[in-house]
Amino acid sequence: MQENENISHEHDDDEQHEHAHDDNDTPQHTHEHDDDGQHEHEHHHEESFIRKYIFSLDHKMIGKQFLIYGLIMLFVGGGLALLFRWQLAYPGEPLPIIGASEQYIEDGEVVTKNDERWEKIFESEKEELMETHFPNGVIEDKTYNMLFTMHATIMVFFVVVPILVGAFGNFLIPLMIGTRDMAFPILNMLSFWLAVLAAIVMAAGFFVPGGHAGAGWTGYAPLSVDPQWTDVGWGQNLWAISLLIQGFSSLVGSINYITTVINMRAPGMTFFRLPLVIWSLFIVAILLLLAFPVLSSALALLIFDRLAGTTFFTTTTEGGGDPLLWQHLFWFFGHPEVYILILPGMGIASELIAVNSRKPIFGYRSMVYAMIAIAFLGWIVWGHHMFQSGMRPGMGSFFMTTTMLIAVPSAIKTFNWLGTMFRGSIRFTTPMLHGIAFVSMFVIGGLSGIYMANTPVDIYIHDTYYIVAHIHYVVFGGSLFAMFGGIVFWYPKMYGRYMNDTLSKIHFWITFIAFNCTFFPMHILGVGGHMRRIANPQFYDFLQGFEGMNIFITMSAFTLGFAQLILVFNFFWSMKLGKVAEKNPWNVTTLEWEAPTPVPHGNFAQIPTVYRGPYEYSVPGEESDWIPQAQPEHAPASAGD
Amino acid sequence: MMAQTEFEMTDNRPLSNAKLAVLILLGSETMLFSGLIGAFLVFRMGNVTWPPLSHADIELPRIVTGFNTLLLIISGYTIFRALRSIQLDRVKLCQNLLILTGTLGLAFLIIQGSEWVQLIGKGLTLQSGVYGAIFYVLIGCHAIHVLGAVIWLAIVIGMAFSGRFSSDSHIGVETCTIYWIYVVALWPILYFLVYFA
Repeated sequence: MQENENISHEHDDDEQHEHAHDDNDTPQHTHEHDDDGQHEHEHHHEESFIRKYIFSLDHKMIGKQFLIYGLIMLFVGGGLALLFRWQLAYPGEPLPIIGASEQYIEDGEVVTKNDERWEKIFESEKEELMETHFPNGVIEDKTYNMLFTMHATIMVFFVVVPILVGAFGNFLIPLMIGTRDMAFPILNMLSFWLAVLAAIVMAAGFFVPGGHAGAGWTGYAPLSVDPQWTDVGWGQNLWAISLLIQGFSSLVGSINYITTVINMRAPGMTFFRLPLVIWSLFIVAILLLLAFPVLSSALALLIFDRLAGTTFFTTTTEGGGDPLLWQHLFWFFGHPEVYILILPGMGIASELIAVNSRKPIFGYRSMVYAMIAIAFLGWIVWGHHMFQSGMRPGMGSFFMTTTMLIAVPSAIKTFNWLGTMFRGSIRFTTPMLHGIAFVSMFVIGGLSGIYMANTPVDIYIHDTYYIVAHIHYVVFGGSLFAMFGGIVFWYPKMYGRYMNDTLSKIHFWITFIAFNCTFFPMHILGVGGHMRRIANPQFYDFLQGFEGMNIFITMSAFTLGFAQLILVFNFFWSMKLGKVAEKNPWNVTTLEWEAPTPVPHGNFAQIPTVYRGPYEYSVPGEESDWIPQAQPEHAPASAGD
Repeated sequence: MMAQTEFEMTDNRPLSNAKLAVLILLGSETMLFSGLIGAFLVFRMGNVTWPPLSHADIELPRIVTGFNTLLLIISGYTIFRALRSIQLDRVKLCQNLLILTGTLGLAFLIIQGSEWVQLIGKGLTLQSGVYGAIFYVLIGCHAIHVLGAVIWLAIVIGMAFSGRFSSDSHIGVETCTIYWIYVVALWPILYFLVYFA
């Protein structure tokens, strides 16, 4: 693979020189990057459909592929959540639409059409999935395990990372640093198709006997090791294999991102002129590169335990292993992974807020250093997931301290966002609304994080809905709002049209309200002792009082889920029918808006030169309230930054 | 001129894309092995006697593996010489050294494989407890990397014989050398940990 890459490089060197002669007549552009893109010429032949839309090597198309992939998986993951939300509100009651009637369940009397269907399913000899997972449309306890496990797995590995890192990373990095494509377009394509393969393997797990993995997305041993605890057979194996494949996809992708950012920036694009979203993606690529292999090693050991009869994660009398080892390995990966989920959101929000406040980002360098600090601290806090695991208590105080330290860079970022907005000429566009939602929801999620970092508090709220509220405030309230905002913001560059603003705003407000109605009450449930991952809260006396709240949460969750249909409708409708967008509709300074819309193969007619930082908004004494990064200084004599 | 100096600032690229990518890949490989070595250390620390009493009769082949270690280290030197010779345009020497390197790598794998066969015969298997299991997984993971390096080298040798490399253009040899030397350098650490700790 590597060699092929090199060969194509050499060819392109020649092409590139030609290019430099063809298109660039200004002297400062004659020393083009030697190999900044194995792209074909714009005046080359039209690409075939398969080359253009399926096995595309173009970073923009791969980015869009990741985006669609992530949106599809968003609905799979969200659908699973709605199923188990139904169970939590109405435990043991048949699901709407597919469920059998009460009479049928009680005395087998066929009343409705659904009853006839269930009758047929029960009578047939074949073991059907519906029969084992949802008899009569009622969610089995084992099915419930599968639902919450797969909800989290899909959301973390197949939605947030592919969209925030895969889609925005691919689309934005070459455009924003001013180059023609990624360093290794073939590896880039490989990264996407490995992710598709991982998704297929993961999806296959739903259809094997015994159902899909049911040990939680954390796959704690020995729950995940021995089928006797969960009754899950090949589901858990496919879960592990799929994540291994996803690991390869991430590896290839992150090598590509890091190389591209280090080596292929446009002339004048120093590291401290990179937009914050590129910084965040660069840091995330490093985290992915270093964190995922640790999970891969743990998954490999898990697969050996399940298939080859080793005992790495189970204790036996003779030469047994250590179940805690899984937790250490998993969370050593898992905590950097959490920052992989939120850092790109922080980067995107920084762009949205600076652009729409028409002000430079407050404390650009401190934003960068804060992200680096968060990324670094992420490696030494994993034990805060394990306060209750029987780990040595002294270790607990260490992890408590390091965890609380993370509040410092996070607070720096938060105050910088506020400082950016303070006295700005704020434009309340939809992307800005999402940006503000990101900051405010992230603050709530961050504050509840500090509570949980305290060992004494965590011993009480551990494994309750409090932590479910926390993770959703950070990953939904944070990452997903940034993602929605990013989609609306960069859509004109991606598809050359605006998304319909009314629909976007309706989507935002329903999502924002329903989100808070869904997840805020979970704090109260958690403090009230409501455990997570239980199929039937009504089974416990002390949780009887929470029935109303659970029903309210479920109603909100359904609203939240269906509101996303607005986004998807808007997304596809606007592709063909949205208002046509000009080159730079939001008056943004960064390089991606220098490229023509729709962005051609090779991105820029000529590679721009960068003269200034990314956030020159409302510069005193300037006529326009924004100065593009590629705009030269007025007086060439005034050297100095 | 300002634009000029800035241009030089960013275009001053000490490493080519391919070389940088291989170095980044090594970062990832290091974390993979860290995970497995971490697991090994957890088991090692968790047992007072190592090998555990149930495996008291098992002795890992230290001497043969020591010889094997030597082979691998020599192969690291030969591939380094191969890179040097192509930099001096000595194509024939480079080809020979690459073949020698590949042969040493294969010999390492064959000797290790035969040792495994003997160990399995003595009853050290994946199922016989974590002692055997982590041995096979950790050493096996390295062996897969050696195998991968040998396959990569075979492709490079093929390219060397078709005259693709010269003193100006030999990034293929260079990247393969970096990876090979990484795999070689990793081995003494594993040898010491697994066979002596």
